[in-house]
Amino acid sequence: MAEPFIIETADLRKRYDGVEAVRGLNLQVPAGSIYGFLGRNGAGKTTTIKMLLGMVRPTSGRASVFGLAADAQETSVEIRRRTGFVSENKDLYDAMTVDEIVRFTASFYPGWRPDLQQRYLRAFELPLHQKVKQLSRGGRTKLALALALCRGARLLVLDEPTSGLDPSMIEEVLQALVSHVAGEEMTVFFSSHQIAEVEQIADHVAIIDRGHAVLSGELDTLRERFRRIQLVFDGDAPQMAFRAAGVVRVDRNGRVLTVLSSAGADAVLDEARALSPVSTDVAPVTLKEIFLETVAVED
Amino acid sequence: MLFRPNSSSGVPIYLQLMEQVKHAVETGALRPGEQLPGIRPLAEELVINPNTVAKAYRELEHEGVIELRHGAGAFVADTARAKKLTDKLRAAQAIVSAAIERLHARGVTDEEIRRLFEAELAGIAKPAKTGGDRG
Repeated sequence: MAEPFIIETADLRKRYDGVEAVRGLNLQVPAGSIYGFLGRNGAGKTTTIKMLLGMVRPTSGRASVFGLAADAQETSVEIRRRTGFVSENKDLYDAMTVDEIVRFTASFYPGWRPDLQQRYLRAFELPLHQKVKQLSRGGRTKLALALALCRGARLLVLDEPTSGLDPSMIEEVLQALVSHVAGEEMTVFFSSHQIAEVEQIADHVAIIDRGHAVLSGELDTLRERFRRIQLVFDGDAPQMAFRAAGVVRVDRNGRVLTVLSSAGADAVLDEARALSPVSTDVAPVTLKEIFLETVAVED
Repeated sequence: MLFRPNSSSGVPIYLQLMEQVKHAVETGALRPGEQLPGIRPLAEELVINPNTVAKAYRELEHEGVIELRHGAGAFVADTARAKKLTDKLRAAQAIVSAAIERLHARGVTDEEIRRLFEAELAGIAKPAKTGGDRG
């Protein structure tokens, strides 16, 4: 592998008219991963993607894709040439038919894959002779995705690829992505505000909130590390400042002390033992809970 | 489909998949020498990340449950190890099921039992589980 990280940003910032849309974003997207870029609407996802592809200039900081600087004219052209991109609005030429836009797009890319073209046009049941503007929202998304997949790109950048789709179409799109990644040497970076789809297909995740990553890493590692520990006491739960690393929050409620840890339960349990709780429960934490906790912490 | 991991449960998907494969071997749904689905077809079928399936298969190979034959795919291990695993798990299952029966008799619910197990497992100091240098 040429570079361990296909996408890398360091202290990336973008200010629009005094508003900081992205403020100090650090990302490392490993080659071969399906990377979920998770955040609420307005968290800075689209601005970040535009900076990665050289469509918006960072105010400061560094971003590179394939090891190439994203903010320099020549290298950003090269980045866009090597990347399959689906924008949030699924921008397409409305006046063309499906068939025309496929042939038009293919003419720009020497690495175009006729085999994939055949596969995705059929799998997505795209009507070849229909005008693009007559496609349903789902049809439009699937066409945009097919055009990005057929380019034989090593990197796919997808901005909210499933927004506005019904559940069965979402499943179809996710399945196409999973199947595509399994067959090709490639990396997928996709933004989403849908936790369910991120946890279904991503192996790496970054949670972005107000322009910076509040949490990032391998999804399975996060799932293994986050634990909710519930301690019940005979009388009122004691005031306890845990020294254990990774304690995200502690809630005291009557006889119950609930500790959320991002570093497993062991250290917290070791400390808790001295308090002699009458009962101890440890439960795994879902990505949804992790998301809500880490995003809410700053409120 | 034999396997059905739940992606929103909070338990890593590869661990769920490993458990489900082991369970299938244990119950005889998968027999020694039988082939498991390929990484790609299984990822497509379950709509999960192929890297996750690959990780589960690698870990299962380390544990001696399956064999990865280059180019041919994944097979349930034909060796004594698989049988030993089955025997070990059968014996363990008997202990667990006896314990659960006793707990049920005391009115402890399934959910409570699950949490107690999790708490006990988390509370016991175990050797660090990293890489695959076991076995």
